[in-house]
Amino acid sequence: MGNFVKYLKNVVTLEIDEDRCTGCRRCIEICPRSVFIMAGGKCQITDIDLCIECGACEANCEFDAISVKQGVGCAAAIIGSMISGGEPECSCCCPDEKTSCC
Amino acid sequence: MKSFPQDHRTPDWIVGTIKSPVGSISIVSAGLTGRDRRGSFRSRVSGFRMRYRVDPGLYAMGNPDENSPVLVSANYKLSFDKLRSSLADTNAYILVLDTNGINVWCAAGKGTFGTEELIVRIKETDLGKLVRHRRIVVPQLGAPGIRAHVVLKETGFRVSYGPVYAGDLPQYLKNSFKATEEMRKVRFTLAERLVLIPMEISQIWKAFLLYTCTVLVLFGLQPNGILFSEAVSGGYHFIFLGLLGIFTGSVLTPVLLPILPFRAFSLKGLVIGAAASLLYYAFVLKETNTGPFLVPVIFLLFPVISSYLALNFTGATPFTNMSGVKKEVKAAVPFYIAALGLSIILFIVYKLQTWGIL
Repeated sequence: MGNFVKYLKNVVTLEIDEDRCTGCRRCIEICPRSVFIMAGGKCQITDIDLCIECGACEANCEFDAISVKQGVGCAAAIIGSMISGGEPECSCCCPDEKTSCC
Repeated sequence: MKSFPQDHRTPDWIVGTIKSPVGSISIVSAGLTGRDRRGSFRSRVSGFRMRYRVDPGLYAMGNPDENSPVLVSANYKLSFDKLRSSLADTNAYILVLDTNGINVWCAAGKGTFGTEELIVRIKETDLGKLVRHRRIVVPQLGAPGIRAHVVLKETGFRVSYGPVYAGDLPQYLKNSFKATEEMRKVRFTLAERLVLIPMEISQIWKAFLLYTCTVLVLFGLQPNGILFSEAVSGGYHFIFLGLLGIFTGSVLTPVLLPILPFRAFSLKGLVIGAAASLLYYAFVLKETNTGPFLVPVIFLLFPVISSYLALNFTGATPFTNMSGVKKEVKAAVPFYIAALGLSIILFIVYKLQTWGIL
């Protein structure tokens, strides 16, 4: 219990370009949510609702085969960005230290 | 151990130094002192965590040599303590990146635990002269910030992604840098959720204080001034319901997260908040003459407070995503505003009625 709690259905921006995938398995190695499996020498998405859009797979894919809109799944950051007009940024870690971090 | 470990002096977790081809390196202990535990506690409950840092750079665990593994970490002291306390009886180097005192996962999301910083640290510390191998172990949750193939190209060091939990590191090192599937999964157990609750509460108690004052003033408000007895007798149910909303949204929602109905946090919080309001009404308010205007407020305002606080917990979990939270926020915020507006109107009507104007 609690291991694979899923979030909303069909919202995730993750995509794989199968033509570019070389089957190197890096994404399978680093995905903290076990989103990928190997099938037919290529990486495939098992259950897209598991994805948390952390961006680890995209950053570490040497062959640019994976795209995902990386971002924080944080309501405070998103409401903040709607008010300020910027990108959602995680900032509750340091509200009183705007200059040295965030 | 030093008798007066000050911030700018040698910290008490540094227990010695070793000589190496790249200069002397501080040895850190694997044991945590009462001071470390107090620091961890304060980081969990207050803004103290913003200043809880270690100096970036190289450290040694045990008695490492040129073949020992290099483990990368962030300069948030809580993260660093977690790492070193997991490494008793291990000989290793720890390379601490400057993440502005933020933990690995959050800093990776921001990019401060990032490719550039890692490359600079590897070069600055002359890591290639310190060890004979060309492997660095990066925590798996640092992966969003690191482009392993770029690090390899720039420094010659191959990134091995370690386990999610520092506690699995000894096993991972024994397995010759192979993490099992279990080591790669992020858990979010009850204990991991419970430890976050104090921080949720510490972020809202000021708002609750303001809410309490507002409630007392509004209930006490009379056409000719503020009546203290009215403020308390009318207001205390609302103050208690406010506390109940905080409890369901910021405590019960995290605790019961996997078993509450719906996937959307705002709905989880709304359901449990509505249940609490219903129970409070059934067991406490039913016999009182709360009146036709305040009863709907009770069923609007407090489930919404609970829902909002539950929605805010999305940022503390490791399984939400931005696309989903955006969708939730877009649906929930207009609903919150409407519910709040309606509550204010109903409350005004209630006041006018008690004043005999309506």
